Amino acid sequence: MSGKDKLPIFPSRGAQMLMKARLKGAQKGHSLLKKKADALQMRFRMILSKIIETKTLMGEVMKEAAFSLAEAKFATGDFNQVVLQNVTKAQIKIRTKKDNVAGVTLPVFECYQDGTDTYELAGLARGGQQLAKLKKNYQSAVKLLVELASLQTSFVTLDEVIKITNRRVNAIEHVIIPRIERTLAYIISELDELEREEFYRLKKIQDKKKIARAKADAAKAALRESEQLKEAANLLDEGDEDLLF
Amino acid sequence: MALHAAIKGKLISVIGDEDTCVGFLLGGVGEINKNRHPNFLVVDKSTAVSEVEECFKRFMKRDDIDIILINQNIAEMIRHVIDGHTSPIPAVLEIPSKDHPYDASKDSILRRAKGMFNPDELM
Repeated sequence: MSGKDKLPIFPSRGAQMLMKARLKGAQKGHSLLKKKADALQMRFRMILSKIIETKTLMGEVMKEAAFSLAEAKFATGDFNQVVLQNVTKAQIKIRTKKDNVAGVTLPVFECYQDGTDTYELAGLARGGQQLAKLKKNYQSAVKLLVELASLQTSFVTLDEVIKITNRRVNAIEHVIIPRIERTLAYIISELDELEREEFYRLKKIQDKKKIARAKADAAKAALRESEQLKEAANLLDEGDEDLLF
Repeated sequence: MALHAAIKGKLISVIGDEDTCVGFLLGGVGEINKNRHPNFLVVDKSTAVSEVEECFKRFMKRDDIDIILINQNIAEMIRHVIDGHTSPIPAVLEIPSKDHPYDASKDSILRRAKGMFNPDELM
């Protein structure tokens, strides 16, 4: 499938340097991402164990809160409808802050009191103490739940980010780096091929030159010989001719 | 707008049986906005599942709600909607109700976590 796949690049020295730089960059990125994934994973496990702890604690707190509700009902009589009808403004509100883990922003919820208690006068006639206790119990339950909510939100966010990071790590490890390596191998083989060709060409040229030189030498030698012969003959000829006449 | 909402402070909404709602309202989370929409829903025997589902979806769309508390037995009724909700905000928390003890194995988040770790092991 991707066995032959490589980057479309012209095999040259420049491209080789470029690929080497890219390979180095990919390896660096891979190690950095791996570190990030490890950091996130650590945080993730921490949050998970905290969530489980808080969830068990929440069971206890809710049980207590429900029990105090029953107590208050026993002391005051049924006040459900009064409470349900008298809702106006929220007293407990949530602020969101940002926490940063290895470049991932995690929202952290924080609850704060805002405005006055709407049910300040509830239970004025009787059962005031039980109602106050009930309010306190539920407020602490809300605080715990807000904490749990921020843990859970971090959990969901981290889960997503860890998945993305792992995908990137795997992509670099199994797709990008092998592809760059294949491209590098291709460039090297092409360059070797070119070098061999060049070498062969030079050898061939040398051979040709040698032959040409040998030929030229031979021709020169032949010429020189013939000239010498001619000269010698001439010397003989001249002396003879004059003498004969 | 987003900045404004962040400064204003967000709400906690409650979907639960009467006692749970009353408890949290006394704790001070209840609010009725300008359009007379409360941020809580009392679910009793006569409440239809579709009504709960619609209310849950409405709470998810409201940008002034950050946390949705829902009783676990009610969460069971609209489990498919809760499982389909994956974005971190609003956070959906399942809480035990008075007559249904908390069962960790049914929780959406813990079930997701189970794929990676064993929750009993960590307890």
